[in-house]
Amino acid sequence: MSKVLIYGEIKAGKLKKTALELTSEGRKIADGLGADAGVVLMGPHAEQFAPDVAKYGADKVYIVEAPQLESYNSEYFAQALAQVAKEKGAEVLLISHSIHGKDLAPRAAAKLGVAVVADCISFELDGGKLVGRRPMYAGKCYAKWVSLSSPQMATARPNVLEVRENPKAGAVEKISFSPDTSRATYTTKDLNLDTSGKVDLTEAEIIISGGRGMGGPDYALLEEAAGIFGSRATVGASRAAVDAGWRPHSDQVGQTGKTVTPNLYIACGISGSIQHLAGMGSSKVIVAINKDPEAPIFTKADYGIVGDLFKVLPEFNKELKSLLAE
Amino acid sequence: MKSLVCLKQVPDTETQIKVNPEGTGIVTEGIKHIINPYDEFSVEEALRLKEKFKEGEVVILAIGPDRATESIRTALAMGADRGIHVNDPAVNTADPFAVAQALAAAAKDVQYDVIFCGHRAIDDDFCEVGAMLAEFLGLPQVTLVTKVEVAADKKSAILERDIEGGKETVEVPLPCVVTSQKGLNEPRYASLPGIMKAKKKPIDAKNAAALGVSVEAKLQSKEYSMPPERKAGKKIEGLEPPDAAKQVVQALRNEAKII
Ligand SMILES: Cc1cc2nc3c(=O)[nH]c(=O)nc-3n(C[C@H](O)[C@H](O)[C@H](O)COP(=O)(O)OP(=O)(O)OC[C@H]3O[C@@H](n4cnc5c(N)ncnc54)[C@H](O)[C@@H]3O)c2cc1C
Ligand SMILES: Nc1ncnc2c1ncn2[C@@H]1O[C@H](COP(=O)(O)O)[C@@H](O)[C@H]1O
Repeated sequence: MSKVLIYGEIKAGKLKKTALELTSEGRKIADGLGADAGVVLMGPHAEQFAPDVAKYGADKVYIVEAPQLESYNSEYFAQALAQVAKEKGAEVLLISHSIHGKDLAPRAAAKLGVAVVADCISFELDGGKLVGRRPMYAGKCYAKWVSLSSPQMATARPNVLEVRENPKAGAVEKISFSPDTSRATYTTKDLNLDTSGKVDLTEAEIIISGGRGMGGPDYALLEEAAGIFGSRATVGASRAAVDAGWRPHSDQVGQTGKTVTPNLYIACGISGSIQHLAGMGSSKVIVAINKDPEAPIFTKADYGIVGDLFKVLPEFNKELKSLLAE
Repeated sequence: MKSLVCLKQVPDTETQIKVNPEGTGIVTEGIKHIINPYDEFSVEEALRLKEKFKEGEVVILAIGPDRATESIRTALAMGADRGIHVNDPAVNTADPFAVAQALAAAAKDVQYDVIFCGHRAIDDDFCEVGAMLAEFLGLPQVTLVTKVEVAADKKSAILERDIEGGKETVEVPLPCVVTSQKGLNEPRYASLPGIMKAKKKPIDAKNAAALGVSVEAKLQSKEYSMPPERKAGKKIEGLEPPDAAKQVVQALRNEAKII
């Protein structure tokens, strides 16, 4: 029995930080409900991570292994997750709103006959029901949503929930799973992973974005800044830069790109259109570098530098380097 | 090559969203609507496939109030062949589960090799309908697709999709549900002759009863609120770049305590 079930995402043989965020949150919810929290881990690398999730509050760790789970496939992962949720009587089921989670959650939900309160940034319990607060219209407003059926499924935005140690037993239980292979699905032909170690925009703690003001595809100054911050930082772009072909589509921040919530967002040569602001307006701290003192981005920036980014950024990087080297 | 494109009408991205005084939803008056941008990619891709195979059909399927007709007409003006408009208060504002069920019911009367959905509707931001629709129809789903190559026999397709930090190439048997992602294509504009022709193209109106779906709410929303108002912070003007940079870097550490 685990009334609260958490899906722990594993990527390329590593447990993702979002799994710990969700376990911490799931623990809190379980305590509020006076219930058990269980974490489901799938695939060949799963069992080694049982101690990790135990440390953050898992009473139980369910391991599902099968040849079909060796690499991610929506159909088989959804089958397995729905099976565990049913077997363990889950009343709450939490998944990350990562690219992987967004693919898995609705498929599993449809199998379970429920809908998902997607992309939550916080949770509360109201009369024993889980309520998730989530942005809508790419962050132009927020609302609280509750699922009326069981299990109450929700996905949570990565990088927002707090990670809190709270060691529990984390008793491992292997789940036997025989997939229904009569269901049509795709086969993966090629995984072309960016090996640069670049974190996804949605999960980065620091984003340095460049817009039309970059004047071309040379983003070296921004890459340099990201490099100084290290692996928690990454480079983003406005749509103008993406449409000009300077940056890949996956770098676009905004209403039709990615909605991001980093601790620090540095906008370079970005005017601050309503669509761009929708996507990054919930960043904790915003810095803007723009040569136009009237640029709308300055009305939202905590720190604004009026100036030429090609003159300011090299100095910024120099300062940063000496500060972080201390 | 036959495609069914699920299309949602959403507020224009330029819209300043305001929450109503009761906090039960947003102020809907005066909002201009557009085709969900991801669904526009879908329409374009479906048209390209029909053009490539030199045969087939592109059917637009939309659930929504009367005004959704305009968006269907826009897709028809781009070149789609016909529309199905499910217009019923019971489903127009329903949650993703009910919407996917209604789409699945409507899809039963249509022939298709591929069903296209957007990977996300930019109003409710659920990212759910495509995968749910696939599950309800017993079809494979391939989400966040940026490239589509359909085999000559239309029995399978090679698709490229976004994954975290990279791309995945998959082979999928058809029919399947594809959800469109930015990068798939550049949608065309409707031409003037296209707009004229679209006026005569059929749009089939349906309600929930005709589809045989009964809607049971799975989700409920409340307490709509605006994000905390962001105020302009410190603006540094007229300083030499080294001084301006130093001030901000220091402030990020000592004031914002973020680095
Ligand atoms: C349906 C739709 C969806 C959209 N979705 C998105 C979205 O998801 N994301 C998005 O970003 N946009 C989106 N847009 C586009 C949006 O409306 C703007 O066109 C876009 O954000 C502008 O990008 P920008 O700020 O880089 O360019 P601009 O608005 O051209 O701004 C460039 C800025 O750079 C400054 N600058 C120039 N040179 C320098 C220099 N040397 N040093 C310092 N500053 C300099 C200029 O002063 C200016 O403020 C969307 C538009 C539509 C219609
Ligand atoms: N009311 C609707 N009518 C037609 N298609 C819809 C509707 N709602 C959602 N969809 C489809 O599902 C996709 C994802 O929507 P969502 O899950 O709400 O983010 C959209 O891009 C559409 O393709």
